[in-house]
Amino acid sequence: MPLIHAAGLRKTFGDFVAVDDIDVDVEEGESFGFLGPNGAGKSSTMRMIGCTSPVSGGELRVLGMDPLTHGPQVRSQLGVVPQQDALDEELTVAENMLVYGRYFGIDRAVVRERARGLLEFAQLTEKADSVVEALSGGMKRRLTITRALINNPRLLLLDEPTTGLDPQARHILWDRLFRLKREGVTLVLTTHYMDEAEQLCDRLVVMDHGRIVAEGSPLSLIAQHASREVLELRFDVADHAERLADVHDLADRVEVLPDRLLLYVDDGDGALESATARGIHPLSALVRRASLEDVFLRLTGRSLVE
Amino acid sequence: MTERTTASLPSGGELTTDPGSAVGGGWRSVLGYWLAIYRRIWPSTVISSFLAPLLYLAGMGYGLGALIDSGDRTAVPGVPYVAFVATGLLAAQAMQTAAAETTYSVFGAIKWLRTYEAMLATPLRVVDLVRGHLAYLALRLTLVTTIFVGVALTLGAMRGWLALAAIPAAVLGGLAFATPIYAFTTLQRSDEGFNILNRFVIMPLFLFSGTFFPLGQLPTVLQAIGWASPLTHAVTLTRALGLGPGTPMWITPGQAALHVGYLALWAALGYVASVRLLRRRMVV
Amino acid sequence: MSQVRAERARARLPLPIALSQPAALVERNMRSARHGWLTFVSGFFEPVFYLFAMGVGIGALIGSVSVGGREVPYGIFVAPALMATSAMNGAIYDSTSNVFFKLKHSKLYRSVLSTPLRPIDVAVGEIAWALLRGLVYSSMFLLVATIGGFVMSWWSLLAIGACTLIGLAFASVGMACTTYMRSWNDMDYVQLAILPMFLFSATFYPLSTYPPALQWVVQATPLYHGVDLVRGLMMGDLHVGLLWHVAYLAAFGALGLWATTRRVGTLLLT
Repeated sequence: MPLIHAAGLRKTFGDFVAVDDIDVDVEEGESFGFLGPNGAGKSSTMRMIGCTSPVSGGELRVLGMDPLTHGPQVRSQLGVVPQQDALDEELTVAENMLVYGRYFGIDRAVVRERARGLLEFAQLTEKADSVVEALSGGMKRRLTITRALINNPRLLLLDEPTTGLDPQARHILWDRLFRLKREGVTLVLTTHYMDEAEQLCDRLVVMDHGRIVAEGSPLSLIAQHASREVLELRFDVADHAERLADVHDLADRVEVLPDRLLLYVDDGDGALESATARGIHPLSALVRRASLEDVFLRLTGRSLVE
Repeated sequence: MTERTTASLPSGGELTTDPGSAVGGGWRSVLGYWLAIYRRIWPSTVISSFLAPLLYLAGMGYGLGALIDSGDRTAVPGVPYVAFVATGLLAAQAMQTAAAETTYSVFGAIKWLRTYEAMLATPLRVVDLVRGHLAYLALRLTLVTTIFVGVALTLGAMRGWLALAAIPAAVLGGLAFATPIYAFTTLQRSDEGFNILNRFVIMPLFLFSGTFFPLGQLPTVLQAIGWASPLTHAVTLTRALGLGPGTPMWITPGQAALHVGYLALWAALGYVASVRLLRRRMVV
Repeated sequence: MSQVRAERARARLPLPIALSQPAALVERNMRSARHGWLTFVSGFFEPVFYLFAMGVGIGALIGSVSVGGREVPYGIFVAPALMATSAMNGAIYDSTSNVFFKLKHSKLYRSVLSTPLRPIDVAVGEIAWALLRGLVYSSMFLLVATIGGFVMSWWSLLAIGACTLIGLAFASVGMACTTYMRSWNDMDYVQLAILPMFLFSATFYPLSTYPPALQWVVQATPLYHGVDLVRGLMMGDLHVGLLWHVAYLAAFGALGLWATTRRVGTLLLT
């Protein structure tokens, strides 16, 4: 039985359709991602799975139960990391853990013991008695994730886990999440960062306007919807579309962005040589591996982070 | 004045060099900012600054007054209790308005909204921020006290033209609280201190500064505290002016000068402290 | 229809579990209050200051008041009213400003509801906390009033229970109202309801002081019932009418609790 089963799942707010008829199954032990730009319907989907937002249509089973009738039972086995930290700023770090554990009805002594280990894991032990308000953004995020682990959840829901963090803080977080995954915790996360999805997800769906537009592992999605390499060319012109005619036959496909051209090719260096041979001299040229960003561009015609 | 406010931008979006910009808009532009805010939020101040004092006047002055005046004792012989309360409430209202504005509003500008930080990124100086904010407060105090006196005169709770002179007296009393509290606010890290200030300073002074009953009824120790309170001095002034000559509450010009001096001293010391402390807080 | 049934099914939890969940929120509030203990302590002083201003200061101007044909010193008349209004004020503060902050700013309830707690647990937990805090304040007030000589009867001990009931009534209705508030400015409307009640619920002078046309308005307010109940108990003046006050306050509180539970659900579970 899948840990999450959604069939024809919908979420509407009045006339606005936030989630439009999606089918998703997540298996135990898997690390699953919802990828898409802001407003794609990822957070709404996550809140329905978290049993804090009633389903508007279709079927949803979480841990085999119906969120509507068994919300508390489902939530007792979930760890939820919302997009905004929502920590208890009036309390200390240790108290946040303790009080949150009490919400699950876990024995005080057990919570204390677990909190000690978890704070160690999150490298927050030294901050245990600090009031949350004084923590840095990265520490707060780590605490939110740590707090969500207090009930040893079977399923950890992470909504934009690293948005707004500096690169170093992101890498620490990824490392912690990766360890959890190895311990067998099922991770479900949303992100609009491609690198994050590639780092953390075994499988993902790409969402746009409330619908699922593609599904697969990061590598298979890249193989399916992009080429092996990408050549990025930047010119000194106001409109890069003007240069499209010069290069369009060098690649399988060319995307025109406001500030550069993306050439989807198997051999990036070879394509650059051919271009130079034609007398094309861009301001800058970059050869890189194709990423999920390219998949998204292909599928929706839009850039992911705008 | 208003065209210089931070809220109004040059409509063309084009950068123009103001000949005065080398020294900045000064405290007037800060006053302009607060007035622009007030134009937007004034409806939400109606209840606390206008309605609440009138409700107290009705409940304490008329209701309690009916009970007091029918008995054989009274606050001041020959003066209806409602007149006694009205003249006291006038000064108390100024104190409360001043306290509300110099706590949450100043703290918001320092910490929550960072308005002061944005202002100091322009040619404005710390002293301009304090002056502008206090000038705004003085205008608001004038507004609320004028309305209160107007209503009290209409209801007959105050009499005579001299009652109008109670308005500046009440405003001065308000400023005697505003500047020290402003200084206190610049020292706060969280808003918790304001609860303490309200409950241990403002509220007791509201009750024990001769507002609702003469100070003489308190034990001697409390009377001493009462006389240290600027509110007692403000009430003495507003009551003398509001009730007029010929009542036992009338004071000589010499006495009045002493009361005014005491209030002015609080206001001045608080102002100096506010500027210093705000500079220490903001310029780091 | 099926949704309603499902809601009911969900609401049925074994009793110990059902009560342990709001208790977790109470524990949270207690810990938070410990960080702001001075604020907590200061809450006790407000009614005490009023007691001395009114009982001693105003009392000297009034002398005695006639209550039910009996002449009593003004302090004895006004002390119960201050105890009742302080129960109301405390409950209102906890259930409006405090709850609004958690609802809109700290997003506390969002994270609480992502745990096994349900909206009703949030409502019960917050109201229980307001009552607990009120209980502490009422007991302290009674102690001070007794020392000050404003208490006439052993029945006064029941006034603590009466104040808890007043707290329940106002906390639950206050919290329901808070769920409708959009911004801090709306908090002023709470003052608009509370201040007139504070001043005009036969708190500072007997009902007979009011013009006859206004007497029934005064008697309709919930605080009037609270004040009269506490006054009856503290003066040892027991009569059947007190039960009517109890019923009124209980009904008011039940209504508020019902509304709060519904509203918290629709606000947060979207």
